[in-house]
Formats: sequence, C-alpha cells, structure tokens
Amino acid sequence: MKSNKRLGQRRNIFIFCMLLPAILLPLIFTYYPLIKGGVMAFQNYTLMDIKNVSWCGFDNFANILSNEAGVDFGQIAKNTVIWVVVSLALQFTLGFALSLMLKKKFKGAGLYQGLIFFPYAVSGFLIGIMWRWMFNGSNGVINDLLMNLGLIETNVGWLAQKETALLSCMIANVWYGIPFFTIMITAALRGVAPELYEAADMDGASKIQQFFNVTVPSIKSVLLMTVLMRVIWIFNFPDLIYSMTSGGPANSSQIITSYMMTLVYSMDYGKASAVGLMVIAFLAIFTLVYMGATKYTSED
Amino acid sequence: MANNLNTRKAKQKTLTVLKFVFLFIYLVVVMFPFLWMLTTSFKPSSEINGPVDYIPNNPTMENYINMLVKGNFGKYMLNSLISSTFAAAVATFCGILAGYVISRFNFRMKTPVYLLFMITQMIPSFIMLAPLYQMLSKAGMTNSLGTLAILYANMTIPFSVVTMSGFYAGVSNSIEEAAWIDGCGYVRALFSVIVPLLLPGIAATAIFAFMNSWNELFMAVMFVDMDKFKTITVGLNSLILKYNIKWGEMAAGTVLALVPTMFLFGFAQKYMIEGLTAGSVKG
Repeated sequence: MKSNKRLGQRRNIFIFCMLLPAILLPLIFTYYPLIKGGVMAFQNYTLMDIKNVSWCGFDNFANILSNEAGVDFGQIAKNTVIWVVVSLALQFTLGFALSLMLKKKFKGAGLYQGLIFFPYAVSGFLIGIMWRWMFNGSNGVINDLLMNLGLIETNVGWLAQKETALLSCMIANVWYGIPFFTIMITAALRGVAPELYEAADMDGASKIQQFFNVTVPSIKSVLLMTVLMRVIWIFNFPDLIYSMTSGGPANSSQIITSYMMTLVYSMDYGKASAVGLMVIAFLAIFTLVYMGATKYTSED
Repeated sequence: MANNLNTRKAKQKTLTVLKFVFLFIYLVVVMFPFLWMLTTSFKPSSEINGPVDYIPNNPTMENYINMLVKGNFGKYMLNSLISSTFAAAVATFCGILAGYVISRFNFRMKTPVYLLFMITQMIPSFIMLAPLYQMLSKAGMTNSLGTLAILYANMTIPFSVVTMSGFYAGVSNSIEEAAWIDGCGYVRALFSVIVPLLLPGIAATAIFAFMNSWNELFMAVMFVDMDKFKTITVGLNSLILKYNIKWGEMAAGTVLALVPTMFLFGFAQKYMIEGLTAGSVKG
C-alpha cells in the first residue's frame, strides 16, 4: 500500500513537470494579457491619454454599438456574416468535391497533393499581397484575363470600389481555405471501411445514395469538427483583408476583427478590447449552440 | 445486358476523364498566383507598369538586388530565421513533454489542461496585443529578437502539444511498458524508447512551428520598430503601406519569404498532414 502511494506521488510529480513548460508561457503571454485586455474593455484606455485612465463601465461597448465611434457597426456585422458564411460554404463545398476526387489514389497523387496543399503553409498576409497585385486595377492580371475572355471591356478597380472589395477578398479567401478542408476530408474518406461500399453495392445503391447513406454518416464527426474550427478561424482572420484592402474603401470590406486591428493601431485600446470581448462572447455562444444543435462531442 | 454494361463502362470512363480535367484546372488555379509573383519579380519596372505580359521580355535580377542590398532584406531574413528557429525548438520540446502525458496518462486536471491549449486557438490575438505591448515596454523587452522568439514559442506551443499527442496515440503503449518493467524511469523510457520512434513526427511539428513563426506579422510589427530587429514580414509590411507600391520589389520580397516555406513544406508535407489529421480522424 505504502509503495503504491509513493508510486502515485512520483507519477503525479512526473505529470506536473512534463506539463509545466508547455503551460507556463501561455499563462504569462496569453492568459495574463487576455485578462488585462478584458479589464481594459471597461476603461477609457488610450495610449494618447495614458495618464487619465479611468473606469467607464460599458461606455466602450455603447460607443461602438451606437456608431458613435465613427464607424457603422451594423455594416461591419453584416460584412462579417457574409465573409464567414460565403467563404466557409465555398471552401467546404469545393474542398469536399476535391477530396472525393482524391480519395482513390492515382499515379502522381502524392506530388499533386503536395502542390495543391501548399497554400496552407503560406501566411494570409503573403496570400493577400499576391492577390492584391493580381486584382490591381490598372496593371492587374485578373483584369487582363477577363478582358481576353471578353467578360469585361475595361479595367475594373476590384479593390478600389465599394461593390467589389469584399467580394475580391472572399475569392482570395476561398482559394486559400480549400486545402484545409481537402486535407482533413481526404484523410477521413480514406479511413472509411471499403466493406461498407461493397455492401451498399450489393444492395444496389446508386453512387448518390451511397454518398448520402455511407460516406456522409461515416465521416460526420470530421465534417462537423472541421466546420466548427473553420468558422472560428475565418472569423479571427483579418490578415488577408489587412494586406488586400485594409478594410477599405469606406469600410466596405471591414470585418469585426479587422476593425479591431484598426482600433489597436489607432491606440484606442479600450475600444479594441471591447470589440475583442464581443468576438469572444459571440464565438463561445456559437460554439455551445453548434455543439448542442449537432449533438457533437469529441468522443463521436 | 452486355450493352448495358458497356454504356456503364463508357460512362465511368467519361467521369474519370472529367475528374482529371477538373484536377488539372484546379492545379493551374492553385499555382497561378505563385507563378505570377515569380514572373513579376523578374520584370523591370517599365514592364510592370505597362500592359500585362505573361513572360518577362527583359528578365532582370534588379528587384532582388534592390531588396537584398538596399532594402536590407538579407538582415530581415536572418532575424526571422533566428527567432523562428528558437521558437520552434522551444515549442517542439514542450510538445514532446506535454503531448506525452496528455496522450498516455489519466489525471484529474487533464480536461482543463487540454482546454487551456484549445482556447488559445479560439481567441482573437488582437485583444492580447495592447496589454502585451504595455507589459513588454514596461519590462524593456521591446525591440528584441529574444522577445519575438518567446512570443512565437508561446504562439506555437498549443498546436505542437496537440499534434504531438496525436503522434503518441499512434504508438502502442506496450513499448514503453516493457521499458518500465525493465526498470527504466518514465523520463528514460520516453527519451530512449518512444522519441526515437517518432522522429519524423517531431521534425514535422518543429517545421510547422517554424513556418508559423516565420509567417507571423502582427506581433513583430507591434513590438519591433528598430530596423536591425525587423523580420521579413515587417519588411514587407512597410513596403505595402507605402502609397506607391513598387510591385517588382514587392514580388521579389514575397518570393524571398516563400522560398524557405516551400522547401520545408516539400520536405515535411507528408508528416505534417499526418499530424494534422491524426488527432481528428481517430478522435
């Protein structure tokens, strides 16, 4: 008994020591600033006026929501929803379609996958630079291609006009996000037992029936998890917008997290933190509702 | 009957052809932006500002020379390399340790610890920037590659832990249990028996952490303003903020930033994908 207890103690000490290095940095450099940021949301904290920081209750939130901060919050909320829903829907559909084509390995499949997965390894900031140059209004290659195809007659200032700025960012975002879904779904598809398809074949199920009755149920947990991860990720992804349009022109491509960035850069930390808290609250509620609605658990 | 089978076969064949046509078109769409950046980087500015040419008429190294010599991009790349290498080493080491106990042991705080890592991936990093700036400037830690390295390690630790625990899950328990019975302590069993088996996965984890650090922009912009500590992303950022962007130099800088990523990804792609999917597919 005694030696068992000592063994248990040794085991606990071992577990603690193994976890400590990995926990220490996030506690200091993520969680501590996060809590401080949460506090700042209730202060009129600006770097311009650092000597006069005081509590201001919910003023920052009220300011932002009532558009007193000089920005139409309704428009930003609308842009954010469009940005997330459209990007996600297209990334998911195209990524899934591509996975179905990659499921059966073919000659050169390894090289092909390596090439098409590459954007996943590049930062959103660099991707944004590349697409900004392609969407350029006067010397851009996209205008040239579309004119050669006869789809447009004169140059279009894709990123310079209100009607097309968000759309252009979303095109780049879809292009960027397909590999993630393809990687995850292809792996899941290859894990489905072939016997299931053989059985369905024997029963005379068509390919479409097999897709809905065998494929989708078998990889349901991966589909649900990747969609949730991606919603959170696209929401928190202003990088591409930052390097393509900086949210312009006239906030027409501004989403909530890129708006938060502009607040940080204008040194209005109180308001920036208030926006940050709103984002966290929204995503937490969304995650809970999503998990409840899909009955998704990590054990699935 | 035979006729039916024939039409079915023909249909199958058309579908396969269509599939490869689609796959080819998609490959072109994926590669095009990179190739376009590469082409642009070799064009003199006269060609860039004129009508669009798909192949440079007078290819030149001018943009690269301008970036590396006048633009100080060699120094920026070195700074990125130093901070990212250090961050990757720290994050991978933390991942080896914490990933192991998370995948192999049951303990009371397991779920909270796991959540602690997962939540860091869900919060917008911008809410931390302002308080971090305050913290670091009070401590005199801004404008330092060491600070960037620590922040990047912090940024990449959660993913490294989760990925490593996925790799451990793919190795049978019986291996280290045999080592324990032979009288090995926990630590020795891990480092002399398990770690050698997982070297490819460990390399992939390290490469992933390196690439994420190499790619990072917003913290570097916020915490570095002296030229000698700038990273490559900060260098590119100051170019893109200019009113009149020189796209030839911009393209050369982007290519310089892409090259290490390309080699590392090519090298570790297979294992990185394995690590990315291991946890979720089994889960």
